[in-house]
Amino acid sequence: MDTREKEIANLKDYKYGFTTDIENIRAPKGLNEDVIKFISKIKKEPQWMLDFRLKAYERLKLLKEPNWQKPKYPKIDYQDLYYYSAPKNMKDNPKSLDELDPKLLETYKKLGIPLQEQARLNGIAVDAVFDSVSVATTFKGELTKHGIIFCSISEAIQKHPDLVKKYLGTVIPVTDHFFATLNSAVFTDGSFVYIPEGVKCPMELSTYFRINASQTGQFERTLIIADKGSYVSYLEGCTAPMRDENQLHAANVELIALDDAEIKYSTVQNWYPGDENGKGGIYNFVTKRGLCKGKNSKISWTQVETGSAITWKYPSCILKGDNSIGEFYSIAITNNHQKADTGTKMIHLGKNTKSKIISKGISAGFSDMTYRGLVDINSKAKNSSNYTQCDSLLMGNKCGAHTVPYIKNKNFDSNIAHEATTSKISEEQLHYCQQRGLNSEEAVGLIVNGFCKEVLQQLPMEFAVEAQKLVGISLEGSVG
Amino acid sequence: MSEQLQSDFDKIIKTFKISEKEIQIKKSFLNKFIDNGFPNRKQEDWKFLDISQIIKKNIGDLSFFNDYSLPNKFDSSIFIDGLEHNKIIFVNGRIEKIDFNYEDQNQIKINDKIRKNITFDNENSLIDLNNAFTNKVFKILIKKNYTLKKPLIIYHLTDDKIKSKNVNLSLNFELEENSSLRLIDYFSDNTDKNFVNILYNFNLKKYSILKNYKLDKFRNNNLKYSFNNIEQDDNSISETFIFSAGSDYFKNEINCNLNGEYSSAFINGVFSLKENQQHEIRSTINHLVENTKSYQLIKSVLGKNSKSAYQGRIFVNSKAQKTDGYQLSKAILLDETSEFNAKPELEIYADDVKCSHGSASGSLDENSIFYLMSRGLNYQQSKELLINGFLLDVVEKITDLEIKNLIKNIIGLKE
Repeated sequence: MDTREKEIANLKDYKYGFTTDIENIRAPKGLNEDVIKFISKIKKEPQWMLDFRLKAYERLKLLKEPNWQKPKYPKIDYQDLYYYSAPKNMKDNPKSLDELDPKLLETYKKLGIPLQEQARLNGIAVDAVFDSVSVATTFKGELTKHGIIFCSISEAIQKHPDLVKKYLGTVIPVTDHFFATLNSAVFTDGSFVYIPEGVKCPMELSTYFRINASQTGQFERTLIIADKGSYVSYLEGCTAPMRDENQLHAANVELIALDDAEIKYSTVQNWYPGDENGKGGIYNFVTKRGLCKGKNSKISWTQVETGSAITWKYPSCILKGDNSIGEFYSIAITNNHQKADTGTKMIHLGKNTKSKIISKGISAGFSDMTYRGLVDINSKAKNSSNYTQCDSLLMGNKCGAHTVPYIKNKNFDSNIAHEATTSKISEEQLHYCQQRGLNSEEAVGLIVNGFCKEVLQQLPMEFAVEAQKLVGISLEGSVG
Repeated sequence: MSEQLQSDFDKIIKTFKISEKEIQIKKSFLNKFIDNGFPNRKQEDWKFLDISQIIKKNIGDLSFFNDYSLPNKFDSSIFIDGLEHNKIIFVNGRIEKIDFNYEDQNQIKINDKIRKNITFDNENSLIDLNNAFTNKVFKILIKKNYTLKKPLIIYHLTDDKIKSKNVNLSLNFELEENSSLRLIDYFSDNTDKNFVNILYNFNLKKYSILKNYKLDKFRNNNLKYSFNNIEQDDNSISETFIFSAGSDYFKNEINCNLNGEYSSAFINGVFSLKENQQHEIRSTINHLVENTKSYQLIKSVLGKNSKSAYQGRIFVNSKAQKTDGYQLSKAILLDETSEFNAKPELEIYADDVKCSHGSASGSLDENSIFYLMSRGLNYQQSKELLINGFLLDVVEKITDLEIKNLIKNIIGLKE
């Protein structure tokens, strides 16, 4: 067995993890045209969708995996993966919370996640009163009233083909890089959001409340369209640790903001990072891209990345419409043997476009953190501006923090300012906190939260509180 | 191109009086270069300005043969006056004169017998090209405790005997303990459409000080590439100043290894570019041990159709605690066709460090122009004054007073 297979085996062996049910409907192993046709057929997709997939696959055959990133990973055998597996049977899931990893339960407790939520996260059948499905139904009614479409992308392909057809692949085309194209060929499910003209979405949309959200699989595809003058805030992920048997995650997220529309996309990612020795863990290779298509539109990305063995993603904004605004707020925390190579791209095409990047990276243990960003102001993007700040915090001398910004200014009317610092937690600050009765871990948690504050305050309320705790928990065991 | 390289190499090797073994070494460099060719934008370090494209566009077909057997004439009127100095004169890549008349001859050792090529752990094919074609590598050694009384000016001249040629030259310096050298590279070209490839290696022992000033002031159509490798021992200091304004293309690359504690490196650069010029500075500072320091300041003023790029990399080893690293790059874009690219990179593996970088680019501040105009200056004067002040900031960083004044005169900056 090669190392990767062992890792997968380990993941499967994970005491409280999931096992794969052989009875499930599953596409045969490997990646080929037949598998893609199988996926498309089982999802009852129209011909144009299959064509889209096949076009991506044709293109994929010519592509090579990128290799410029900092965290290297063992070679992935794409023919050894299952590209479609139907949702698991309820009977495989743990029957009650007692069956769960005590460590996991402890983390839940620290995060303050309600019991029924804990159960739902682990696929335990919950009491009808707390059934999230019914909660979701209530929300759904409210959304329909406003004309908002919020459903899974497979459902959207069936029910709203015109919208999907019009926008899918316009921000991340099938001709994009390897992982994005792979996703275009084999994506299984994801979310679809459409906010009609002039509507301000009355609540934070979250994958929490979408039916079938728990089984979106490893090739997730999300498409969010905000029509003229609309607003939406979308939450992805949750602070609770997520166990998943798929090692590779290659999701695509496309955002499209038309005239005067605003999309706020928040992510909290806390997937399985592997054990203390860096064994196992998820590869999170996600392509996220937003297009500010219309005038005065705005897209804002906020992310808290604490999980995954390797995080490799750059939520980007293409500022095409005049006066459009792109924002990126990020906290990335790596501990033990985790690796992260994350950042953003701000591509200014329209006049008077503005972008802001605030990135906070924290590395501890044996981990490696890279901020990689691009600010590109095109020659036609008159009077545009960008402000970038990326700060890194190091804990111990076994970890690394790197900053690789690319700055391209082709317009004399535009300003770019970039700042970056790297430092450690000062002894004075620690001493001060400890003097006042905090232990060293609490002190570090407090200081780190202060360091991250600019980003944390961008998160929606309910997320922010949990995320704050998460920041502290992620760094456990890294001091002392 | 490979046939051209091969035949030029065979021709040039006949004019060298070197042993068969040395020829073989040179051949291996040549083969390496033939395999890799000129660097292009697919390589990360050449992303912003693609030399292989630029050569194709500006020169076309290069030839690599230079006859080093015959001496070249040079015009002594171009020598800098007002400052007594030692000289090394290169004409078309051939060393014509080495003159250390102001110095104690026992304290400086010049050796042209070394055939050892300068090699680093580097994927740079231009270094292979240089090693394959340079005829002589001089090693200049400054002995222990000796400080050169006068600066050394290296004149880089080209005359109309060469056209569409590649010229390679290389020097090797060793500064022994507690010695010091002030070195000015002065470029003066009477030709166009040549590609000059310069490779310097500096070995700085304990407490030694190197100050290197590169002045590319006069407008010419040549392409230039310069690579400085600097190895620094305990308490040594290196200071590099680059004035990059004359050539069509100029890339200055500096690789500095801070191997000794309390060593420090300073890099200051000015780009002042106009029509169709494309210049770049790429620096790599490797902080390898504790208590080392680096400081970089790069400023650009970019006119019509010009492009500048700055790639600065600070690397901090996990052993290199208490490192202090700083980078700042600023650019003023004067025209809608000018372009500024930067990639300030930090790669840090130690926690007790202070590293930061900053980059800012934009147009001239209209408010400042308005302020000056309200005090009686016209638009052009106000603009000039602001640019002057912007660049003067870098020149003021030069620690040698005599040379600072000289440079101010040469590049025409007034206080």
